[in-house]
Amino acid sequence: MRPSIDLRGRGHAAYWAFLIHRLSGVALALFLPLHFWALGQAIQGPQALGGFLDWASQPLVKAAETGLVLLLALHLTGGLRVLALEAGAAGAMARATILAGVAVGLTIGLMFLLGVFA
Amino acid sequence: MAEEMLEVSVWRGAAEGRFVAYAVPRRANQTVLDLVSHIQQRLEPGLSYRFACRVGMCGSCAMTVNGKPRWTCRTHVARVAGADGRVEIAPLRNMPVIKDLACDLAPFFDKWSRARGRFAPTQTRTDDFAPVAPASIQRQAADAGIECIGCAVCYSACDVVAWNPDYLGPAALNRAWTLHNDARDGAHTARLAAVAGDAGCHACHSHQSCTEHCPKQISPTLSIAGLKRASALAALKGEI
Ligand code: SF4
Ligand code: SF4
Ligand code: FES
Repeated sequence: MRPSIDLRGRGHAAYWAFLIHRLSGVALALFLPLHFWALGQAIQGPQALGGFLDWASQPLVKAAETGLVLLLALHLTGGLRVLALEAGAAGAMARATILAGVAVGLTIGLMFLLGVFA
Repeated sequence: MAEEMLEVSVWRGAAEGRFVAYAVPRRANQTVLDLVSHIQQRLEPGLSYRFACRVGMCGSCAMTVNGKPRWTCRTHVARVAGADGRVEIAPLRNMPVIKDLACDLAPFFDKWSRARGRFAPTQTRTDDFAPVAPASIQRQAADAGIECIGCAVCYSACDVVAWNPDYLGPAALNRAWTLHNDARDGAHTARLAAVAGDAGCHACHSHQSCTEHCPKQISPTLSIAGLKRASALAALKGEI
């Protein structure tokens, strides 16, 4: 049998951009409810909020938050890239959107990381 | 000096089958189609494959070479064979395999007709020539996709075709877009209606695997984006 999934024809930049967009979307769909639930704990009263803030200042939680922001940023720039394609970006322009999207997404994630650990 | 040999694995069978390895002497300027022809002429007369023009015009020789869809008559072995001298040749994907390297392209071309890929004339032979300005935006959009040779490389590369067997696919949609930009054609609205359905242009995920692999450097992704805009506009205006 030939393998039904063969990655050799998919190793191009536009496919990676698609994958980043799709996987960040799926990850957001999984993690955002969790995030909102955690935020929901904060409005249960001052005591709960205090406990929550203590919890949220742990490095691991901060790292997870940074991951969430990074996912959001990459998903946002990926979406803008698809819009650019649908508006008619092609050739060098289409390739530039891939690089720009990933660069801007990573920059936003990095800025957030520096912010939370400052 | 001993001849340098290539190890060429060729798909034998249909949907079920296996790769069979053949030793083929390496030559200067050899194409992948040369490898297949060598095997068929010297080693395995029963091998089935297709080609016609050998110069990149007819679109019949496309196969999957080392995992990527390619026109084999214009693909030099030097570009695909690694240092280990191995080449893997399989039929295109997303179409039924008839035998060995020959696919049934009927589903592919049926979709061209479903996408109304046929010119709908508006004039008769007694009318004068239609003036089409080469620099017009419409003509340039048509020109960008017009050199398609119908090789199905894009169709073979497209994930959405694999996920949804009804999806019209990059080549048929690219064809529809060139006709949509032909001022002499009289079926623009009907064509937009034909390509705007669930399995039409809006199903495209913009992976650009089609664009990446098209040997004629056409961007079906761009053509499909044009159809998305045109059909959305037509729907807003209540035309489709
Ligand atoms: S851009 Fe659209 S047509 Fe081209 S490979 Fe991707 S999904 Fe298929
Ligand atoms: S668009 Fe390109 S890859 Fe697709 S059938 Fe036409 S020439 Fe082949
Ligand atoms: S044989 Fe005609 S395109 Fe390759």
